[in-house]
Amino acid sequence: MDKSATRSVYFFLAPALSAIFIFFFIPVIAAFIISFTDFDIYALGDYSTVRFIWFTNYIELFNDPLFWTALRNTFYFVLVSAPLSIMVSLGAAILLNSKLIKFKAIFRLSYFIPVVTTLVAVAIVWRFIYHPKFGIMNYFLSWFNINPVDWLGDPVWAMPAIILMSVWKNFGYNMIIFLAGLQNISEELYEAAELEGASSWQKFKSITLPMLAPTTAFVSIITMIGFFQFFAEPYIMTQGGPLNSTLSIVQYMYHEGFKWWNMGYSASIAFVLFLIIIIGTLIQFKLQKSH
Amino acid sequence: MIIKLFKYVAASILLYLIFLSGCTNKENNITTIKFWAMGSEAEAVIKLIPEFEKQNPDIKVEVQQMPWTAAQEKLITAVASDNTPDLCQLGNTWIPQFTALNAIIPLHNLVSKSLSVKEENYFEGIWETNVIDDKVYGIPWYIDTRLMFCRMDVFKKVGYNEPPESWEELLDLSRKIKALHPDEEKYAIYLPTNEWASFVIFGLQTGVELLKEHNTLGNFSSNGFTEAFSYLTDYHKENLAPIGISQVTNVYQAFADEYFCIYISGPWNIPEFKKWMKGSLSDSWMTAPLPGYKNEYPGVSLAGGSSLVVFNNSEYKEEAWRLIEFLSQPSSQVEFYKLLNDLPAIKEAWKDPILKDDPYMKAFYEQFFHVVATPKVPEWEQIAFSKVQQYAELAARDVMSVEEALRKLDHDVDKILEKRRWLVSHKNE
Repeated sequence: MDKSATRSVYFFLAPALSAIFIFFFIPVIAAFIISFTDFDIYALGDYSTVRFIWFTNYIELFNDPLFWTALRNTFYFVLVSAPLSIMVSLGAAILLNSKLIKFKAIFRLSYFIPVVTTLVAVAIVWRFIYHPKFGIMNYFLSWFNINPVDWLGDPVWAMPAIILMSVWKNFGYNMIIFLAGLQNISEELYEAAELEGASSWQKFKSITLPMLAPTTAFVSIITMIGFFQFFAEPYIMTQGGPLNSTLSIVQYMYHEGFKWWNMGYSASIAFVLFLIIIIGTLIQFKLQKSH
Repeated sequence: MIIKLFKYVAASILLYLIFLSGCTNKENNITTIKFWAMGSEAEAVIKLIPEFEKQNPDIKVEVQQMPWTAAQEKLITAVASDNTPDLCQLGNTWIPQFTALNAIIPLHNLVSKSLSVKEENYFEGIWETNVIDDKVYGIPWYIDTRLMFCRMDVFKKVGYNEPPESWEELLDLSRKIKALHPDEEKYAIYLPTNEWASFVIFGLQTGVELLKEHNTLGNFSSNGFTEAFSYLTDYHKENLAPIGISQVTNVYQAFADEYFCIYISGPWNIPEFKKWMKGSLSDSWMTAPLPGYKNEYPGVSLAGGSSLVVFNNSEYKEEAWRLIEFLSQPSSQVEFYKLLNDLPAIKEAWKDPILKDDPYMKAFYEQFFHVVATPKVPEWEQIAFSKVQQYAELAARDVMSVEEALRKLDHDVDKILEKRRWLVSHKNE
């Protein structure tokens, strides 16, 4: 590439790069520095009260029972709902891809509607569904003689309730991506397998799944990252309760940072979450490669 | 090459900054002041502004509305970016935070010169919430407190013609109400564990200081607070109060259904209760001052409400003060009550028939003479909302004993106050 070409490349890249630099790199670096200080409401009033405290925030974090509760809840949420959501969306995609189904567009649309609906509105409706006295959920359960469950009020059931809701809310998006992946699989493979007398399970195991591997990798990483940051569901439905059983790590970070203005502490939570997500992504890359 | 890249980046940054810098407006003779108010208060105060602008033709008021839920964030962000209004409405428990931020100015000089705003016009406990280190930082605008909403018809059924006046009476009454329907899912009193207010109120009633040593250490495991805390959690343990919060999606409906018969809450509920308690129920409820500890009656409650504050950065402090004086006139205060049901801060305004003849207001008037402030430290909101609430729930659900909960509460509070201890010891050096 000659000199003038490079120059024009930089010229056209500059706006995007500077936007990223100002609105991404500077805040991230600032947050990283802040995470080593006790920046709080006093510091906002008078910068001279900021103390550089090295790793104290991180050490305190590891001794903070609420942080571990939030972390455990987040892992619980991710480890249960991410696989569940992927399985449901794969199942729905396969069903929708089947030649036997009519009115595909309607099904595709109705499965996708929850994704585009505002989470706040959805969460409020689900709060009614879960209402212990008037909710439709307990009404269904009563047909099977199951005693009413206080879904959002019981520390044991609150998280499953939120998981169920968020799987329902999110599976449509992954389903569309899986559907695209399925439509990319050449029909000839299935025809060849049929000639050899393969059963549908064998076809699924030996053709569909391997051919979908790149899609699955993408979907699982995106889902994992998204679910690690889950916030709005408990924020609206339970405010983290009961007994902090639905407090997520992002919610805890938000509380510390924007409710109590412990910016230093909050920034350290953000970087711990960042580390966890990176590790999670690396593990998934490794798993995909070894396959 | 990299240097070149940086040059372009730097040039673009400059361009952005030029875009971002706004331009300032100046109008001749007329001063525009910016007034930020919250939610429905903003909507209502806009209706009072024309009268003010008529009386003060040289001032124009720009009211900006903030939702209550985002107000604190927005204000602190405004302080951090030097973008504050001239004056603003502030929940009176937020005043310590904004003084810590050096964002608002002390008003005692303006008050001493003022003909209309005088300390003795206000309820003592309310005024006191605005005073930090002997300086007043906010002028009460409207006020609230918490007291008892009572189902008097049920009280009478169990032999109480008057609302309970002491802790013992309240407990006795609650047991009798519960005994009316021992097997049904009905309760005597609603003490939600996700609201810190009741726990703090009953603690304050024993006369104990919630924080000690210049508000730098928690004092929750003191005898007084322990007594109050176990008194309240016993209501949950004895099944006199519902323990979850999600059963009660609509307190008014629940109150009308006798799901509970006593509710400790504030004046903002009056219009809703009037709406829900219809027909034969309309005479069945009443407000009453809080019962007291030992022989005190009424027991103290929280001094709540909103104050008006003037920001440090304002160029038009005098003009802002004139608006505060206008809004503090008894006539504006009564007008404001009519628009919004926000209770007037000026005692004089309570003589207006609209308040004097309202039977539900009597108890509030009485209660306002018995209100106290929560500890005036910036950390108080965090202590109350995250910690008191958390341990109240744990103790009420019997996950841990009251003593253990309060010991841990003190431990957490001490940690939150670490910076404050450092600042206080630093100042003394």
